[in-house]
Amino acid sequence: MSTALKNTQLPLLDVERIRRDFPILARTVHHGKPLIYLDNAATTQKPARVIETLAAYYRNNNSNVHRGVHALSEEATAAYEGARETVRAFINAASSKEIIFTRGTTEAINLVAQSHARSTLKPGDEVLITYLEHHSNIVPWQLVCEQTGASLKVAAMTERGEVDQADFAGKLSDRTRIVALGHVSNALGTINPARQMIAQAHAAGAVTVVDGAQAVPHMAVDVQALDADFYAFSGHKMFAPTGIGVLYGKQALLDAMPPWQGGGDMIRMVSFDQTLYNDLPYKFEAGTPNIAGPIGLAAAIGYLQDIGLEAIAAYEQELLAYASQALAALPDIRIIGAATHKAAVISFVMNGIHPHDLGTIVDSEGVAIRTGHHCAMPVMDFFQVPATARASLAFYNTREEINRLVAALDKARQVFS
Amino acid sequence: MDLKDLYKDIIVDHNRSPRNFRKLEPATRSANGFNPLCGDKLTVYLQLDGETIADLSFEGSGCAISVASASLMTERLKGKTLAEAKTLYASMHALLTGNTPAETDTQSLGKLAALEGVKEYPSRVKCATLCWHTLEAALRNDTAAVTTE
Repeated sequence: MSTALKNTQLPLLDVERIRRDFPILARTVHHGKPLIYLDNAATTQKPARVIETLAAYYRNNNSNVHRGVHALSEEATAAYEGARETVRAFINAASSKEIIFTRGTTEAINLVAQSHARSTLKPGDEVLITYLEHHSNIVPWQLVCEQTGASLKVAAMTERGEVDQADFAGKLSDRTRIVALGHVSNALGTINPARQMIAQAHAAGAVTVVDGAQAVPHMAVDVQALDADFYAFSGHKMFAPTGIGVLYGKQALLDAMPPWQGGGDMIRMVSFDQTLYNDLPYKFEAGTPNIAGPIGLAAAIGYLQDIGLEAIAAYEQELLAYASQALAALPDIRIIGAATHKAAVISFVMNGIHPHDLGTIVDSEGVAIRTGHHCAMPVMDFFQVPATARASLAFYNTREEINRLVAALDKARQVFS
Repeated sequence: MDLKDLYKDIIVDHNRSPRNFRKLEPATRSANGFNPLCGDKLTVYLQLDGETIADLSFEGSGCAISVASASLMTERLKGKTLAEAKTLYASMHALLTGNTPAETDTQSLGKLAALEGVKEYPSRVKCATLCWHTLEAALRNDTAAVTTE
């Protein structure tokens, strides 16, 4: 009994130990100010395990994959394909053939738009997205609608910064071919009820595409439980290197899709008359891939699993609650987005101080936040702000760092007083 | 870098109370400027009397640097000739981007020299130059929106 009670009071994570895993968190900026990195929705920092895995690959195993018969090529291929299996298990895909490596979420969504959507959409068809989307889940659909004569529909957003579910249901119809939605909004942190929206989309006969860039770093994602047809995410937002992302797609859909890019690796046999395409997943990986990227991604996944996605989510929720309370207590701060379910993102504006000025001033105190439209201009227009300041947290952030942000906001107040 | 080099009192003041912040009607010329990176938008209006800027104004939204720069610009150019405005545009562009020749007398820029601090903040230079690019478009009578990108 007393042990159980004691356990509930223990920290969810050993944050100090975790912070030591991230070399960059030890550095200072602007003449000795400790770095307070609160821009994790833009990109995350990398643990030593990832950095060392990349270095070790280049030191010891670097080679092209799927080609050579020599020792290095076999090692590199084993590591590259091993990473694919790690990713498969991480998101619980049914088969590693359903894991396509891309440059990132943006490329993954464009792949679906230009291969699946472009080959199936017809005039009169509809693509339904939501008001909360990142530009990378808007523009690829605008492009393919222009190319095919399909039209783009947008489910409305509520004042809380959530998808208006009645409007979403109302805009689903037998003309809806594709529903593309963000799992978690990068600008507001809103967690969409993806499972329910996917089920509704399927009931209307639509294929679903989920932008999971902001979800995967913060919560356990099971693509089969979600029943997503496509699910895209980026390595660099989950403590892995830049330039590596993942497109998950159900095998039947991927099999039916035409190749997107042509080149080496995606072919089985080439002659000037005819080319036979390779099987999945290679059909969608033309050219020498980013080999180190998936290997680094697999290291990041291993690191996250060692800490535990559930512990991470619980810790970040606790930190989000602390930060939200701390900011909400400031009379001149307005938090933008009040969704019931939020990831650790706080978008806010300060009376009389433009977000860009705020960004520069808190940076001078060592606090890195993002300011701007967060690639979600429609969201900014909705809330009638030109931009917001955004603090986005990771499991290596602490309450003390939130206090430092609050102190830096006070500095901004002084500059403009 | 001291923050006070960027946010000098005069800049804070012009941000809080921007001068000539209104739509000019009728305006001989106007031009729109937009910074897609941060969402700053402004319109510069000119009322010409022959070759002279009889009146000018601006409106829009932006950060303190962008608003103060525009405010100081309108204050400075009222009553000046188009040729003087073009010369000042060139001097300000050089000042803000850190390309000022050594012999340049920044004293002659008067209050506008307060904006010089932005050159130490590369991500903020475009905030200060937006209104000047927009002015230059208005001087050329170019109606296409100016963007910083």
